[in-house]
Amino acid sequence: MPLLRVSSLSKSFGGVHAVRGVSFDVEKGMIKALIGPNGAGKTTLFNLVSGFVLPDAGEVRFDGRPIRGVPPHQVADLGLSRTFQNIKLFAGMTALENVMVGRHVRSRSGFLASMLHLPSTWREEAEVRERSVELMDFLGIAALADSEATSLAYGQQRAVELARALASEPRMVLLDEPAAGLNMRETAELARLIGRIRDRGVTVLLVEHDMSLVMDISDEVVVLSYGEKIAEADPGTVQKDPQVIRIYLGEEEC
Amino acid sequence: MRPALLRQVVLFLAVAVVFQLLAVAGGQVFLLTQLTMSLYYTLVVLGLSLLMGYAGQISLGQAGFFAVGGYTAAALCTWDLAARRSSEWVAAAERTGLLTARTDAFGALVLTVHPWPSLALAVLLSMALAVVVGIPVLKLKGNYLAMATLGVGTIVYSIPLGTARLGAADGISGVPPFPLLPGISVDGSPRSRIANYYVACVVLAVAMLLLLNLVHSRVGRALRAIHGAEDAATAMGIDTARFKVRTFVLGAALAALAGVLLTHFNGAIGPSEASVMKSVKYVAIVAVGGMGSLWGTLAASLVLNFLSLRGYFGTLDDAVFGAILIAVMLFAPEGILRIDLRRTLGLAARGPRAPAEPR
Repeated sequence: MPLLRVSSLSKSFGGVHAVRGVSFDVEKGMIKALIGPNGAGKTTLFNLVSGFVLPDAGEVRFDGRPIRGVPPHQVADLGLSRTFQNIKLFAGMTALENVMVGRHVRSRSGFLASMLHLPSTWREEAEVRERSVELMDFLGIAALADSEATSLAYGQQRAVELARALASEPRMVLLDEPAAGLNMRETAELARLIGRIRDRGVTVLLVEHDMSLVMDISDEVVVLSYGEKIAEADPGTVQKDPQVIRIYLGEEEC
Repeated sequence: MRPALLRQVVLFLAVAVVFQLLAVAGGQVFLLTQLTMSLYYTLVVLGLSLLMGYAGQISLGQAGFFAVGGYTAAALCTWDLAARRSSEWVAAAERTGLLTARTDAFGALVLTVHPWPSLALAVLLSMALAVVVGIPVLKLKGNYLAMATLGVGTIVYSIPLGTARLGAADGISGVPPFPLLPGISVDGSPRSRIANYYVACVVLAVAMLLLLNLVHSRVGRALRAIHGAEDAATAMGIDTARFKVRTFVLGAALAALAGVLLTHFNGAIGPSEASVMKSVKYVAIVAVGGMGSLWGTLAASLVLNFLSLRGYFGTLDDAVFGAILIAVMLFAPEGILRIDLRRTLGLAARGPRAPAEPR
């Protein structure tokens, strides 16, 4: 059984078919990429999968469980975590605190327990802090822990956002253009990181424009164009697909 | 308890003792009356600070929850049931200690609800209202939330004003003392002025400790995350609607508690306590105190409320708070008194951080 199964998913916004009948599977432990020109519906597809947008038709199953219509905070609870195209770190909080929020679904203390600062609360708090520091260490950003998150350099913010998404110990992460705004060195570093994330047992689905990154790290690639899936294969095959070449390089003139 | 937070609260109580001693030494004990009132109003403001400064949700209806608390207590504790003593319900309530009998100034027997059950009911009523109002209203954001809560505040204000049983424009007076502990009751008699000052200090200190614990916890982080980037908070699994409503309800509970105690302290409550201008005042104080700073809010509230109650702003009182709000929004949206006691006093509020080393 695939970890994520997207079947005939459709969504239109005021007559524009952003996503039309898209189906694909993501197997456990794989890195899968969604590519396509601007406006192909990649981000919409992400929002549909993570519950931020309700599909018009079709179904999404995560680990066999239908998650269509499940509110996004519960989707996160099920083990499906995500990042945003335009990094959305929590302003006014340190990088470490941002990552600690990521452990929200792995901790339980509510209003009363927190106000009374019960032993269970402070034990949990220590655990949250410890695991968050550990994770930042894993991603090589432990030195940034006490910096205000939104004042960090762009590449560092990406890394903090990645740490935050991983803090919930998800089974799968959705990365929305993780390499956007990164320079070549940072992109290479990111590629290495995504590989290590997969090695930790986290399945990765990413939307990406950077072809070298996609071809480098992906096990499989889905190509979208005008909301429809036009190809799905391993990177080598996709690169040679005439239809893919056409949408990326334009129609050959005769 | 976190030692650092406990130290901060102990420091607050120490400062409170110094003020009391100075007031007595200077022969100005009467100042403690307004200080006591300021302490109770600060309780209201702290609840709002949690909602505004941490969760980033504005409310222009906070005075309404204070009034629900105060009016419930005033109405129940002055509702004379002596004539209905023959009723089975009243007799049963009296036997279980829900009612209390006393004699009025003319020696007649008065039988009313005891202040303790009335306090419980007042706080629960306020919280229930916050749930009912909060669930739909907190779906709104920004200006829309401000307008909706303004509407709620206006409705609450019009209820005592238009209800004869609640004294209409005159409000309710003759609210009896609240026997808090043996030998200590919340009332306005000059003899118990110092005791009442300390009661208010302790109530505020306890509330402060609970709230400080809260903001330095998973819940506090979730609230700040909602403020920082709401959809990212959702993506992290935070049920934002639930956290907002709970914060709103907690603020309502604190406001109602303050309303009850201050009403017993003053022996009366009037509709102006529910007015929208009061709510604007609370918002202005939170703004001065600094968004996301409980100590800053506490300091701003004590000073501004005290000055206002002592009449320093005269007939321009409302105008002063309006001007403060405008000035803060224009020149210091982060707040003027953004006191970070941790840094100022070198007290670490958070636990020791794990060493952060570059790889």
